[in-house]
Amino acid sequence: MKEIEITSGRMNPGIDPVLHAWGWEIPVYLFIGGLVAGILFFSALFFLRGKTEQYPTTVKRAPLLTPIFLAIGLFALFLDLTHKLYFWRLYTTIRLESPMSWGAWTLLIIFPLSVIWSATWFKEIFPEWNWKWSFLNRLDDWFTAYRKVLAWSLIFLSIILGMYTGILLSAFNARPFWNTSILGPLFLVSGLSTGAAAIMLMSKNKAERQIMSKIDISLIGIEIFLIIHLFMGFLASIEVHVQAAELFLGGPYTAVFWTFVFTLGLVVPLIAELLEWRGYHIPVKVPAFLVLIGGLVLRFIVVDAGQTSRWLYKFMQ
Amino acid sequence: MARYAMAIDTKRCVGCTDCVVACQTENNVPVGYCRDWIVEETTGTYPELHMEIRSERCNHCEDAPCVRSCPTSASHYADGGIVLVDHDECIGCKACITSCPYDARFVHPEGYVDKCTFCIHRVKEGKDPACVSVCPTHAMIFGDLEDENSEISEALKTRKHKTLIPEAGTVPHVYYLL
Ligand code: SF4
Ligand code: SF4
Repeated sequence: MKEIEITSGRMNPGIDPVLHAWGWEIPVYLFIGGLVAGILFFSALFFLRGKTEQYPTTVKRAPLLTPIFLAIGLFALFLDLTHKLYFWRLYTTIRLESPMSWGAWTLLIIFPLSVIWSATWFKEIFPEWNWKWSFLNRLDDWFTAYRKVLAWSLIFLSIILGMYTGILLSAFNARPFWNTSILGPLFLVSGLSTGAAAIMLMSKNKAERQIMSKIDISLIGIEIFLIIHLFMGFLASIEVHVQAAELFLGGPYTAVFWTFVFTLGLVVPLIAELLEWRGYHIPVKVPAFLVLIGGLVLRFIVVDAGQTSRWLYKFMQ
Repeated sequence: MARYAMAIDTKRCVGCTDCVVACQTENNVPVGYCRDWIVEETTGTYPELHMEIRSERCNHCEDAPCVRSCPTSASHYADGGIVLVDHDECIGCKACITSCPYDARFVHPEGYVDKCTFCIHRVKEGKDPACVSVCPTHAMIFGDLEDENSEISEALKTRKHKTLIPEAGTVPHVYYLL
């Protein structure tokens, strides 16, 4: 038997009895980061492959949303800070050891880039559009000429952004459930998948929806594979990792994870997309919507579960 | 360079919580919060029970994940390896809180992150931290590990000791004499 009790009473708000440092803001921020990474990645990729006219929603329209999404994400991050007036301190140093730091910098670079990238498509989407001031028009022409460079930077930065959303958590070895290198690729793939789903929801072009749906099928496949690996890795590891896995295998997160994330967020959309591919009539909006919800719930659960998994006092609860 | 550390004698500690109260008074810790706390750990099966009482706090780790994860360098190593938070640099992102395996940190009601400072303000004046100075059973030793003749170096040389969850890899500097 082993029993640990804090007898002096420790009830530090947000820490005891279970850590609750991060509420809804961080999962929302991570979800949006992944979604934006996905949209920008596909936009840049299809542009570089010369598919701009074939898949206009992917390349031109969808990116218009990314600056708005990013602003919401950054605002959520800002809401999470408890010493808000000092937030500018984030941008007085770069600390490579701290994912929070290089993530904040990546966002700072990708935000204006997403604005510029969207702006270069404005005139093509809205033929009547005119940037009022001639210098803006000239800037637009200049950036349009450098679209290739922009696209390559976007591919690079969106992968970093997508990975970062997972690495932010996996870098914390104090929380056994987060402390797995699978979270980086898992969140990246899930982010790309939510990006593809958002494009499917927006596109009115059948061929475009189909290609996105095909891409999504493989992404979901990889995600399922990564999730199985995540648990295999935990179960083959040390005690605290086994206990972290048990949170999902009989523990408090079992029902919500396997129902909402695994079944409704991955398996059902996968089957729906496969059936549609085979010619069955399934409105594409259904799997796309499920993928988005599944991605959001995944982040909520992972952020929450990580905070309940710990090294010390684990016999206490 | 000094390397400050603390050793807590589990054979002497009776769990009276004087250290907890002394810290709260000395450091104006807001009501409802604490920077140190008492843990009672019981192991074994009846009637072979073993009880260990420990006064716990930030371990001023040598490889501190809280310092590594801080995006602003608000969390930093000060003189003697003491881990401190600079209030005017802290943005309250709580990365350090989630990165500490000992849950030693908390968000102060004023917004910045707070925790044990080894009473650096007293140490600079040559005094012991408040908790050490009030302990009625003299269960705590504070001192410099670099000084071979210090009381703490002697204690660690002659007594069996441990640190908490060394497997978390942070190299803690609060020792427990067994
Ligand atoms: S105990 Fe926690 S807060 Fe203290 S130095 Fe170690 S990791 Fe940082
Ligand atoms: S809460 Fe403050 S001390 Fe902690 S990591 Fe963030 S900025 Fe650094």
